Amino acid sequence: MTTDTQAAPGRRPPEQNPPEERESFAGHFLRSLWAANTVTVTVLAIVLAIVIGGILIIVSDPDVLDTYTYFFARPSDALTASWDLVADAYANLFKGAILDPATVSGWLHGENGWQAVLAPISETLTYAAPLVFTGLSVALAFRGGLFNIGAQGQATVGVILAALAGFLIPLPPVIHLLVALIAGALGGAAWGFVPGILKARTGAHEVITTIMLNYVALYFLTWIIVQNGVHEPSRTDAISRPVRSSAQLPHLLGGDLRVHAGIVLAVLATWAVAWLLNRSTIGFELRAVGANPDAARTAGISVTRTYVILMAVAGALAGLGGANMVLGSTATALTPLVAAQIGFDGILVALLGRVKPWGVALAALLFGALQAGGNRMQSYSSISLELVTVLQALIVIFIAAPALVKAIFRLRAARAERLGTSMAKGW
Amino acid sequence: MLGAAACGKAPEEGGGTSPAAKKFTGCMVTDVGGIDDKSFNTSAWKGMEAAKAANSNIEIRNVSSKAEADYTPNLTQFVNQKCDFILAVGGLMEDATSKIAQANPDQQFALVDGKVAESNVFPMQFDTAQAAFLAGYVAAGMTKSGKVATYGGMKIAPVTIFMDGFADGVAYYNQQKSKNVQVLGWNKATQNGSFTNDFVKQDEGKKVSDTLVAQGADIIMPVAGGAGQGTTAAAQNSGGKYSAIWVDVDGCESTPNCPALITTVVKNIPDAVKDALLKAAGGSKLTADQGTIGTLENNGVSIAPYHDFDSKVPAELKAEVDKLKQDIIAGTVKVTSAAQPQ
Repeated sequence: MTTDTQAAPGRRPPEQNPPEERESFAGHFLRSLWAANTVTVTVLAIVLAIVIGGILIIVSDPDVLDTYTYFFARPSDALTASWDLVADAYANLFKGAILDPATVSGWLHGENGWQAVLAPISETLTYAAPLVFTGLSVALAFRGGLFNIGAQGQATVGVILAALAGFLIPLPPVIHLLVALIAGALGGAAWGFVPGILKARTGAHEVITTIMLNYVALYFLTWIIVQNGVHEPSRTDAISRPVRSSAQLPHLLGGDLRVHAGIVLAVLATWAVAWLLNRSTIGFELRAVGANPDAARTAGISVTRTYVILMAVAGALAGLGGANMVLGSTATALTPLVAAQIGFDGILVALLGRVKPWGVALAALLFGALQAGGNRMQSYSSISLELVTVLQALIVIFIAAPALVKAIFRLRAARAERLGTSMAKGW
Repeated sequence: MLGAAACGKAPEEGGGTSPAAKKFTGCMVTDVGGIDDKSFNTSAWKGMEAAKAANSNIEIRNVSSKAEADYTPNLTQFVNQKCDFILAVGGLMEDATSKIAQANPDQQFALVDGKVAESNVFPMQFDTAQAAFLAGYVAAGMTKSGKVATYGGMKIAPVTIFMDGFADGVAYYNQQKSKNVQVLGWNKATQNGSFTNDFVKQDEGKKVSDTLVAQGADIIMPVAGGAGQGTTAAAQNSGGKYSAIWVDVDGCESTPNCPALITTVVKNIPDAVKDALLKAAGGSKLTADQGTIGTLENNGVSIAPYHDFDSKVPAELKAEVDKLKQDIIAGTVKVTSAAQPQ
């Protein structure tokens, strides 16, 4: 926050500099300053979230809380107990997400294979891959001025169609995977197209329609699982037939580690979205529409067409994220919660990534790491997995609270003034 | 890990239990319902706690899964921590359990409500149709309107097995007494009926039971987890117009609506889990073919006491139910359901 006051004078005059694409030297300077500040803000937000998370860990542990009852008699008890608890929790979070030093020495001494060393990273990437897609979906819609709350529903339809293509159609290996992925993307695109066309033709607000379509998708999933031909006949509970191995994303590091080609697709998708936004005509049009629909219309851009394409593409991305959940290594069959919360997490990922494609990819990586590490933290330190959800939410609140509030109430204003005001205030 | 904090500087009331002897660790992974689902996850954990209370050398821990994607890592983490006994709860975990069990053939696993091929996974299943049969008989004997009803959370076997048993119990009553009590909400022959498609939202449960009440039902058995509490709460507020039968865990312990409950079809997960864990801690290896199926005979399923309805259920009906229970155990009355565990 102190860094911010130092940076503020340099950032004041952006009003003279309307958000123009051709950059002057000053514009470039301002932009890098802002970008640098974004990193500072992000890091500070993560640190703050970790501190508050630590307090929550202490408060939720009765044994440690007991030591606070005689804090003034012997404060060392409370302090060491708290420190040990929190340090152990975060150490396990790290070991589960990035690297467990014990496995490295184990590997060097021949006690375990290299797989154990890479297992945490593998888990992180596995959890991150679908979040990249849903994060991009939300971010792309954001850039076009739409708030896509429907990534969850789009991912759900994507997961359904990808799974159906994965076990109903017998095809040779590579082609089958492509067909299943395309089916997932088309399913998501259809689910995004509906709110897009409703917004363009009737002005129905996309927040309302996408939320409602989330429910439709969820109940459609629970219904279709138990239908004949979809439900696994040898099973008694709500689970579909498994996706054939020919339609599954290949594992990248052998069968023992869960990381699969989904993460490669995610990187490609990030690159594609970055190109689409910054280099293509349609990207220019959608940013123009996002900045100011009236001006864009006056300039001869079809706002309705842009909205429809935008939502369909955003839906397709979320659908691919869904396809990852059933074609990858996390599950091979449809169950009511197969899509987890990737769509809703995608909203957080998009905000944390500042609705920029590569930012989204990094944010997804962080969320994937929190998820993977959280599993170990829960198992080794007996700390509820909900804490991870709280950490994720806190990070995003700290980063996005000013920008988020503006975005919800006056999305266009926030877009246009983002450079100047939303970063200057509050930080 | 907490041991580090406790050792040395422990407060006056004495040092914590030092892990002198290596304890037997029982580790449980919940399915997506989580540890507080008031249904089988909660029941299974109760069994773990009971085992711990019975044998102080047992140490227990659990982790919750939030999504399908968490099953494999959660099971793996417990394998890595060298748990002695790993319990997976719910049929949805079958695939993950089977995969991990295959990779770790010397590790002891157990599975509630499911069965897999690996011999190191001990299955615990429940023939709840038998107990639901008794509940159907009680309902048929208690109804004043001549119509009883049931509805489910989702059309899956662990749910429909209750509904099949209930419908058959009513049919058996009709046959014995030459009555014509109708069952609403479930048709065993066509396997079609009323469902909430939800196991959590009480409002959905109330919506379904309201339509059943409107059709004349005065006793309702919801098989929809927490969603069923919408029905029990409404029944309690109806001033005796209709009442309910609960499932899984005695409703007088798990719901606040005891006065509206005639009885509960109990699925005795806690005892099954407790026995399995105690046996494993005692050193025996539990294999797939020793798997248990809970029946009326081994008290794996049962109907709970009538509690507040004890005075309202006629003595002769009670006697008939007891007799029926013996007949089912003896095999003179056969209870069948497509959803029964094999």
